Amino acid sequence: MSDFLRSYLTVGIFLGVAVVLVSALLGLSSLLRPSKPTPQKSIVYESGVDPVGTGWAQSQIRYYIFALLFVVFDVEAVFIFPWATRLEAYGLFGLIEMGIFIFILFLSLVYAWRKGVLRWV
Amino acid sequence: MGDPLYAGGIGLTVVLVTLLKVLVTFVLLLVATMFMVWFERKIVADMQHRIGPNRAGPWGLLQTLADGTKLFFKEDLLPDRADRIVFRLAPVLAVVPAFLAFAIVPIGGNFAEGGTVSMFGRETFLQLADPPVGVLFFLAMSGIGVYGVMLAGWSSGSKYPLLGGVRATAQIVSYEAALGLSLASVILVNGTLSTHQIVAEQAGAGFGGIIPNWNLVVTGVVPAIIFLIAGTAELNRPPFDLVEAEQELVGGFNTEYSSIRFALFFLAEFMNTVTMSALVVTLFLGGPSGPVWGPEPVRTWFFPIFWFLLKLVVFLFVFVWFRGTLPRLRYDQLMDLGWKALIPLALGWFLLLGAVRVARNEGWNLVVTFGAITVVVVVAVTLLNLSLRAAQRQRLADAEVNA
Repeated sequence: MSDFLRSYLTVGIFLGVAVVLVSALLGLSSLLRPSKPTPQKSIVYESGVDPVGTGWAQSQIRYYIFALLFVVFDVEAVFIFPWATRLEAYGLFGLIEMGIFIFILFLSLVYAWRKGVLRWV
Repeated sequence: MGDPLYAGGIGLTVVLVTLLKVLVTFVLLLVATMFMVWFERKIVADMQHRIGPNRAGPWGLLQTLADGTKLFFKEDLLPDRADRIVFRLAPVLAVVPAFLAFAIVPIGGNFAEGGTVSMFGRETFLQLADPPVGVLFFLAMSGIGVYGVMLAGWSSGSKYPLLGGVRATAQIVSYEAALGLSLASVILVNGTLSTHQIVAEQAGAGFGGIIPNWNLVVTGVVPAIIFLIAGTAELNRPPFDLVEAEQELVGGFNTEYSSIRFALFFLAEFMNTVTMSALVVTLFLGGPSGPVWGPEPVRTWFFPIFWFLLKLVVFLFVFVWFRGTLPRLRYDQLMDLGWKALIPLALGWFLLLGAVRVARNEGWNLVVTFGAITVVVVVAVTLLNLSLRAAQRQRLADAEVNA
């Protein structure tokens, strides 16, 4: 096994332990708990009255736009993190490079701002 | 530069030490989580002039255990409109990443002497895993945790959970960006993504031998504050708990959950709080490093773990303090704070830190550099302020048109 994989070995074991714990909790609970289903109990909660319409209501498109904006900043992290670990090696050239990159990125935020995407009400 | 435990071949001792570490981390995380639930209830009760839990065990310490046991015996309800598979999968998806994220936190080890401890004659790190991209691993796990919340809200087939789930997703995603960018400053200063090495970089005396060499000081406080705010929002804790704003959304994404499945969400939430505090300590406050005295086992075992737990409790208290003090934000305020204040600030600060470091390496005149940086900061802040004002004016103008 390579060194790289070895450093994840314990993570793998921990994952196993976590999964075992969760299944043990769920299994134990399914043995202990009562089960007396009635039609009333399986109605979804809607402040005590019978639910109206379907549960999957439409939600605002704004949430989706925020998710899109997030993708911009998350992809950028892919570039920033490796760069940040090697700043010393790139020196001034790297700094200017990153300055230009962040400037372009910032423009996208300003554009979204200007378009009123960030305004909630 | 990984854990020296795995440098040689994998023998029986290595397997035993690994299993022991897994067990200890596991127990520590669970105990810390249960302690946190009790701690939060007790402190908040104190802040509100109540007594808080005081029946189960001394000072009510076993209250969490009693509540958990109760939830075992409760009927598990499945709404008829729910998507059955996803509904059952969501709590698991929330808990498992919450467990895994804690694996990269260094719990002890004297970092002035390499940060290793001796266990059964083998040197090892007192942390479960030290992957070369430890910080990214944490971000990835908190990213997967979002799926649990989002899918729970969606699969319930009910209105309140859906709204809560969508809100939670948008909020976590927004603050994840700010969180990642404040982390970038730490990575820039320490030049590594491994949590062990980040702590090692912070060990030892700093300026004047009194102020510690912690990232809190080295990165200039701002990233730490951004990280703390974004972390609180990431955890959906007050004042950012719009996700489960009970006056408007009942319980938010977990409204339809009952019995042990509800307990799993609860567990995940508090586990994440513990992990986030541990991470603030690791990244900005030097983790287990601190002054150590005494003979061998006390020096390498007792003091580092003591310092780590002490710092951890301080931040757990800070999170409870936020809850006891601050009123909940409105949704537009939440989004404004994230996108218009924290993200530009984190980006700007990251560039500034980079500029300062490059200037120092190239041996430029420090006075000129600081002058230039000050000018840049002033210009940036002014521009930001102007655009904020312009946005405000536009909003008022729009309001007049509509009225």
